[in-house]
Amino acid sequence: MTEVFRLDHVSKKYKNDGKEFLALKDVSLSIEEGEVFGIIGMSGAGKSTLVRTLNRLEEVTDGTVSFYGQNLTGLNAKEIRKVRRQIAMIFQSFNLLGQRSVVSNVMQPLRIAKVPRAERKEKALEMLKVVGLEDKKHEFPARLSGGQRQRVAIARALASDPKVLLCDEATSALDPKMTGEILDLLKDINTTRKLTIVIITHEMSVVEKICDKVAIIDDGNLAEVGEVKEIFTNPKSEAAKKLVFPTNPFDPSSKDSRLIRLVFDGLAASKPIISELVEKTGKKVNILCANTKSVGGIGYGQMVVELPKDKEDQDLIIDFFKKGGLNIQEVEKA
Amino acid sequence: MSDYIIEAIKSGIFETLQMTVSASILAYIAGLPLGILLYATSKGRILSNRPVNFILGLAVNICRSLPFLILLVLLIPFTRFVTGSSIGTTASVVPLTVGAIPIVARMVESSLSEVSPGIIEAATAMGASPIYIIIHFILPEATPSLLFGAAYQKDVLWTTVTILIIMVMFIQESGNFIAKKARK
Ligand SMILES: Nc1ncnc2c1ncn2[C@@H]1O[C@H](COP(=O)(O)OP(=O)(O)OP(=O)(O)O)[C@@H](O)[C@H]1O
Ligand SMILES: [Mg+2]
Repeated sequence: MTEVFRLDHVSKKYKNDGKEFLALKDVSLSIEEGEVFGIIGMSGAGKSTLVRTLNRLEEVTDGTVSFYGQNLTGLNAKEIRKVRRQIAMIFQSFNLLGQRSVVSNVMQPLRIAKVPRAERKEKALEMLKVVGLEDKKHEFPARLSGGQRQRVAIARALASDPKVLLCDEATSALDPKMTGEILDLLKDINTTRKLTIVIITHEMSVVEKICDKVAIIDDGNLAEVGEVKEIFTNPKSEAAKKLVFPTNPFDPSSKDSRLIRLVFDGLAASKPIISELVEKTGKKVNILCANTKSVGGIGYGQMVVELPKDKEDQDLIIDFFKKGGLNIQEVEKA
Repeated sequence: MSDYIIEAIKSGIFETLQMTVSASILAYIAGLPLGILLYATSKGRILSNRPVNFILGLAVNICRSLPFLILLVLLIPFTRFVTGSSIGTTASVVPLTVGAIPIVARMVESSLSEVSPGIIEAATAMGASPIYIIIHFILPEATPSLLFGAAYQKDVLWTTVTILIIMVMFIQESGNFIAKKARK
């Protein structure tokens, strides 16, 4: 596997009017070619700061960021501009030129790279075809919907044949349907063009839908990083648990009862586990919440159940679930 | 007698137009780059440079806060050096221009400041140089605002100057008229 980005002990300190703020604290991670890499965290966690160090829009205070083995910190202004041409970026606010037509917007990166005009136009039209907006080529961005504007931004990003696409909250300004469409488009681009994609988001649903790997950023720290299905089924850090299992909405009927979470993968998800429990042990549980999601095409599910008050019953039930191959986690009570 | 006044007003209007138009054009030629510099060197902008911004800002503010008549007097040696005279239509273009440059510069600066930082960030991420970003991203995006500002500013400049000159001429001519009458 080829490494696209490698961060080693990256720290970022902002200084404003004598006040210092540590936005990134000793972050090390590696992003490999061809993957869709998610970076998730709460607002203010440092996600944008992190992604902006990848093309040196933000200088790091400590540590190193390398792009295909090349340390970005050492590059002069001209060299970094060359590197940036291989790293495309899209934004929450689209950032299209309002005074230029759609096709002219898409041509911009090629113009910067001094591609001849006729060639620029041809390439831009080709990219508009990829995002399904050829018929809007002479339109101005103000007359497009949010989803369409983001498509134009994607076409613009792809025009210069970049090696990576960075997306900073690219779907946060869009409604769920548009979000779905844009994510499908990105996934499609990832598979057909073998383009590495880095996605910043604060929504777990975005990660679930298209990411292969995910890094969880919490207050400037890298809380956890790994395969999405691994983190989704077995989150270790507090920050990951919070994101995977949104904050405690469960209110047990008695304070002696215990709440547990059953997490099951594609296989176990198809078994009627609760009815089996009742049949085989005669014990009952109270289902407080259940949902299944598709992660990377495989169905995953989780269920929060309340166990009876009796300690022996609790152990019996937990034992039964464990034998059934389920992953079990304790849930804190509200 | 009244024919004479009409004639004088006609030529006065023509000269006023000549002065304001040439002063406006010259003020734009100098004010646009100055405005761009003011914008680009200010804090947090792409060519942020504190000393340069401070000095330019100071010069602009001083020029702007001087009353025009004082500027006119102060500039007499310079005007004479440039045009060979300190009075007349051509000569008046010099102080008018100098007086308008800081106004144009501040106007350009504020128009450019309206361009969304997101666009500049996108351009930077595309690998464009600061100069390229100013020419191909910031200026085109600010064009409507620049044109609007120019139209607005021109109105103010024209009206003020026209009124001033007509007033001066009127007083002068009526003075002459009274003097001639008295001599009779
Ligand atoms: N230029 C700056 N100067 C000072 N502090 C900054 C600056 N930029 C960001 N910060 C601070 O750094 C922290 C991380 O900011 P960042 O934009 O990376 O967060 P984020 O995870 O992207 O949040 P969001 O989801 O709201 O976009 C925040 O607390 C923010 O206030
Ligand atoms: Mg952000």
